[in-house]
This record gives sequence, structure tokens and C-alpha cells, in this order.
Amino acid sequence: MRLRGLMRKEVLQIVRDPSSIAIAFLLPVVLLLLFGYGVSLDAENVPVALVVEQPDAATAHFAGGFLGSRYFAARQSFSMEEALQSFLRHEVNAIVYLREDFSANLKRSEAATVQVIVNGVDANNARLISGYIDGTWNEWVRQQSLASGLGAGMPVQVQQRIWFNSEVRSQNFLVPGLIAVIMTLIGALLTALIMAREWERGTMEALLVTPVAMREILIGKLLPYFALGMGGMGLSVAMAVWLFDVPLRGSMWVLFGGSALFLLTALGMGLLISTLAKNQFVASQIAIIATFLPAFILSGFIFDIGSMPPVIQGLTHVVAARYFVAILQSVFLAGNVWAVILPNAAALVVMAAVFLGITRRKSQKRLE
Amino acid sequence: MWGRIFALTLKEFLALLKDKKGRTVIIVPPLVQLLVFSYAATFDLTRVPYAVFNEDQGFAARELLAKFNGSTNFYEAARISHDSEIAPLIDSRKVLLVLHVGPTFSRDLLSGRSGSLQAIVDGRNSNTAMVVLSYVRSIVTAFNNSWILSRDLPKPSAQLVTRFWFNQNLESRWFIVPGVVGLLTLVVTILVTGLSVAREREQGTFDQLLVTPLRPVEILIGKALPGFIIGLGEASLIMLLAVVWFKVPLRGNLATLYLGVFLFLLSAVGVGLMISSLAVTQQQGLLGAFLFIVPSIILSGFATPIANMPEVIQTMTLLNPMRYYLVILRGVFLENTPVPLLFDQYWPMAVIGLVNLTIATFLFRKRMN
Repeated sequence: MRLRGLMRKEVLQIVRDPSSIAIAFLLPVVLLLLFGYGVSLDAENVPVALVVEQPDAATAHFAGGFLGSRYFAARQSFSMEEALQSFLRHEVNAIVYLREDFSANLKRSEAATVQVIVNGVDANNARLISGYIDGTWNEWVRQQSLASGLGAGMPVQVQQRIWFNSEVRSQNFLVPGLIAVIMTLIGALLTALIMAREWERGTMEALLVTPVAMREILIGKLLPYFALGMGGMGLSVAMAVWLFDVPLRGSMWVLFGGSALFLLTALGMGLLISTLAKNQFVASQIAIIATFLPAFILSGFIFDIGSMPPVIQGLTHVVAARYFVAILQSVFLAGNVWAVILPNAAALVVMAAVFLGITRRKSQKRLE
Repeated sequence: MWGRIFALTLKEFLALLKDKKGRTVIIVPPLVQLLVFSYAATFDLTRVPYAVFNEDQGFAARELLAKFNGSTNFYEAARISHDSEIAPLIDSRKVLLVLHVGPTFSRDLLSGRSGSLQAIVDGRNSNTAMVVLSYVRSIVTAFNNSWILSRDLPKPSAQLVTRFWFNQNLESRWFIVPGVVGLLTLVVTILVTGLSVAREREQGTFDQLLVTPLRPVEILIGKALPGFIIGLGEASLIMLLAVVWFKVPLRGNLATLYLGVFLFLLSAVGVGLMISSLAVTQQQGLLGAFLFIVPSIILSGFATPIANMPEVIQTMTLLNPMRYYLVILRGVFLENTPVPLLFDQYWPMAVIGLVNLTIATFLFRKRMN
């Protein structure tokens, strides 16, 4: 009964200052729209300079592979000088260089060399571009040896199978990860200030003199925001499935359960920050530092956790988003893989319990 | 006038630093985060767990698989002998890769045909999958070359020689650490400036400022300077660590670098004060800070290239000061880019900074009257 009263107060506060409603519903939609389209690791139309010092039939055949590919936006040029200039100005990411003796060497089977220069600053992108160039090159070599009747080229050939995401769309794993990052933000934004605000405005003292227990105050704060957060989560999942065409191979219920656990953890963390800081300014700063960047970098959403140094891997265990990313990526792309879902869900339960437990302990009904 | 501004700046510093919690929040996290993120944020894979499914008894298969075992990038987590064992291993993420060698592999190879190595990869993170496959391909290419050499097979009539400029060994860290410098400069500056006015307003001390002889512009400068100075100090410290601790080569010129840092701070402080003068409560300030920081990091080219974004979003990133700052940081650190080539990065930041500061001053004046 008392709890109902408290929740009513909280709901009234939410309705009067609709910024919480905007945070819960508008923010995920805007951010997911922006990032879902904006964040991609699939390079297409990579600008490449194709330098052919002496064009003839053989070089034209070679260049055709680049000009026709959807991976490259190749521009031809006849001097290396010019190509280097645009390379340094970042107008092209790579140069493919055929010297004037290319065709002659090719005819004499004298190891005609094709030089490739790739800008390595963005190492990941450079590796990708170099892979595309290798692919185009291999295709050309295959056609060459078929034409000259030498038979297939290399002794060992790699046949690749990419499971769960055969078309290698990076959005398929980035969008579920983004949901985890965005919901981390929202959880923190919703609750990071609510306790600190009551302390700062002095209304906490008013609450303390009422007969309600601290537990009731906390639950009364948590539940309305939980409902808001779940609404935002539902919107995000709907967008992932219908707007971004991410396949949802697991069951809706598992997704729902995982989301609820994660949201509880995220809200719990916000409450804890709020309770510990007791001061909106510091609470805000902590919320900015402790939520977004760790969820972005340490959750495995984009950077592989298995490849981090052991110490850092240990640290990622306190980032709740890490468990949620694992659950989301599996439920969306692979299905209900219990071997992944159960341990991660258990970790979320533990984290939520710890956050809420500490919050409970730290918020005593007294003024220091 | 400068005396008054100095006094206000001093007061701002005191307000920021006198509280122990506040002091810690500004100084400790950026340094910790530089260390943690610089180690964590890498696309390079080490010790990729893989399983071997070898149906071939021949030595060619053994020799090829030994190359994987010997590579530091891979780590053999399981050996399997049946098709049905593949799915559980990959599903549960125990391995990222299964290498399958068919029963005729060695025979094919010895009789001059092509043998095939099947690589099954977990595509849940498609970028990781692509990186794993590129490692597999480079090991197979090395194997092919030595196989051709050792058995005197006809050499291919052409060869591809690829070189990576500026970052020969494709170390992600060289790309990421300058990015982290940018990230943290941004966060610290917004942290210091974004909420400062809202706090005064909520605590009622803003009214006290109004009755002082300070003019609005002076108050604004007094609020801007701490953000600027703290941002400059932390950026310098972080760049020093990047060079000394992470051994990222600093190939360019310090003046070129600092011109970029200066202009970026101008734009970040401008945005911070703009948020600050718009926000009536600290909660709004926090929301504003998040709404600026999050997109400007995710859409900055820090982790995913701007060139991969759709046209519309690429155009939107032109408003993002981080975008220019990262190009300057990476350009000066790794490519020794000269000032003239960076001109197109400098001026947009200056414009963003000036526009925001002007609007902030205007809003300020309006609020004060």
C-alpha cells in the first residue's frame, strides 16, 4: 500500500518532467537509427589508384578486375607521382602499381611484379582492403592459368564457411551490440540522478520522516523506471528486426528475460552511483565516465574480448554490457544457445544483486 | 577586466577541485581509461581458439596443421573426429574456427592437384571472422610458397607484393591510441564545462554571480578557461603516455599537433558551454552532455571508418569536431602530415568553436537579463 503510494509519486514526477519519458523512448530510437546505419565495418567502393605505366591488352584485363568490382572505386592514372600525391592527401586508400615492363615480363613468365601500397594507419581497414585486393588478384591469376592451360594455381585452397552470418554483414552483430550500449546509457540516465536529486533538494529528509522503509523507497524508485526502460528495449528490438533486418533466430522470451535482467543491472548501477555520490554534479560525471565508454569498448560489442590482455579481460567481467552483448549476439544470430545464455544470465543476476545490495546497505534512514 | 576573469577562473578551479570526489573524477579516470582502453581496443586477434578435424593421415596435412599450431595467433583448443562435434563447439563459443582437412588432402597435393582446407568460422562477430580468415589465408599462402619451392613446381608467372605504409605491421594499437587521446580530451572537457552553469543555477549561486560587477562575456570566459586548461593538460599528459608507454611513433611536428589540440579544445569548450547555458537543471545538462559525447564518438571514425557510413550520415559528421581532431592526431602521429594538408581539418573546428561560443554568449546574456 505504502509502496503503491511511493510509486504513484514517482510516476507523477516522471509525467510532470517528461524528460524521462523522452530518454526511455525517444533516445533509443534516435540513437539506434543514427548508429545502426552509421556504424559499419563493411568497406565498399574503397578508393584505389590504379597506376598503369604502359597500358595494353594484358594490363587492361588486369585492371578490369578492379574496375568491375563493387569493393573498389578505382581511378586509373599513368604516373606513380600523381597517385602518390592523392595517396598522401587521403584521396585513395591504396595504390596498385603496374610498371612499364609488366606485360613483357608476364609474357616471358618472368615473375611480373604488381606492387601494392596500402595506407596502414587504420590497421583493420587496411587488412580488409588488402584482402579485397588479394581476392581480385587471385581471380585474375586463376583466369591466367586457365587461359594458358597450366591448370589450377595454388596447392592448398581455402574454402571458407562463415556460420550465422554468411553474407558477412557487420550490421548483424553491430546492431544487437548497439542495443546493449544504448540501454546501458538509458539505464544510467534514468536513475543516476534520482537519489542524488532527493538528497540535494532536501526532499529525502521529508521521505525519511515518513513511515516507509528504505527498501520501499528504493523499489518505488526502481519499478517505474524499469517499466520505462523495458518499453525502450522493446522499441529497439523491433527496430533491429524490422528496420535493420537482423535475423532473430532465438526465442522472444529468452530475449525478454535477458533484457529484463540487464536492465535491472543497468538501473541498479545508476541507483548505486546516485546513492554514493549524493550530489548531482559528481553523479553525472561518474555516470558519463562509468557507463558509455566501458560499454562501448570493453563489452565485446566491437573489440574481441578474447584478444585483450588477461588483466583487461578480468576487468571486462565488471562491465554488465559484456554479458548482455554475448546474450544478444547469440539469441539474434545463433538461436537459443543455452551454453552461452545461462552463464551470462547468471552473471547478470549476480551483478544486479550486488549493485542493488550495496545501494540498499549504503542508503540508511538517517542523516549523516 | 582580466583581473576579474582571473578571479572567476580561480573560483571555478576551486569549485571543481576542492571536493575530493570531484577532484578524483576529473583526474584519475582519464588516465585509467587510457591504459585500459588502449590495451582493450584492438582488432588484432591473439590466441584464436580453434579445433582441428583431420580425416587425413598423410604428412602434408600434418605439416599444414603444424603451421597453425606454431602461430602465436592461434591456439588449438580441441581435436575432433566427427562432423557432429563441430556445431556444439562453435555454438558455445569454445572455438572460433574449425579447420577441416578431408581424407584425400595429402593424396591430392602429392599428385599435383589442389587440396582444400575447409575453414568454418563463427560469424557472430563478422569482423572477427574476417580477421581470422585473413590469418588463415596468410598461413596457407606461406605454406603454398614453401611447398612450391621445395618440390620445384612451376612458379606462378606473376606475384603481388603488398606493403603497408605508415604502419608496416598493421598494429591496431597505433591507430587506436591516438583515437583514445581524442576520446578522453573530449570527455574531460565536456565533463568540466557542460554542467557548470546548471549547477550554479540549481544551487542558487548563479544569482550571486549576477550581482557581481562581472559582465556576461567575462563570466563565460571564466567558465571556459578551466575546461580549456584542464583539457590541454590532460591531452598533453595522455599524448606523452601514448608515446612513452605505448610506443606509438610521433613522427610529425608538435606545433602542428598542438594547433589541432588548441582548435579542438576551442570547439569542445564551445559545445560544453552551449550545453551548459541551455540546461536549466543538472539532469538536462547530463542529458545534453551524453547526447553530444555519444554520437560524436561513435560517428567520429574512432572505431569504424566514416567512409563506410551512408551519405547522409557522412554529411552529418561534418558537424562533429571529433572527426577532424582524429584525422589530425593520427596524421601527425603516424604520417607526419604537414600543416597545409591538414588545413581542411583545422578550419571547421575553428568555425564550430566560434559559432558555439557566440551562441552560448548570446543565450547567457538573454538568461541574465
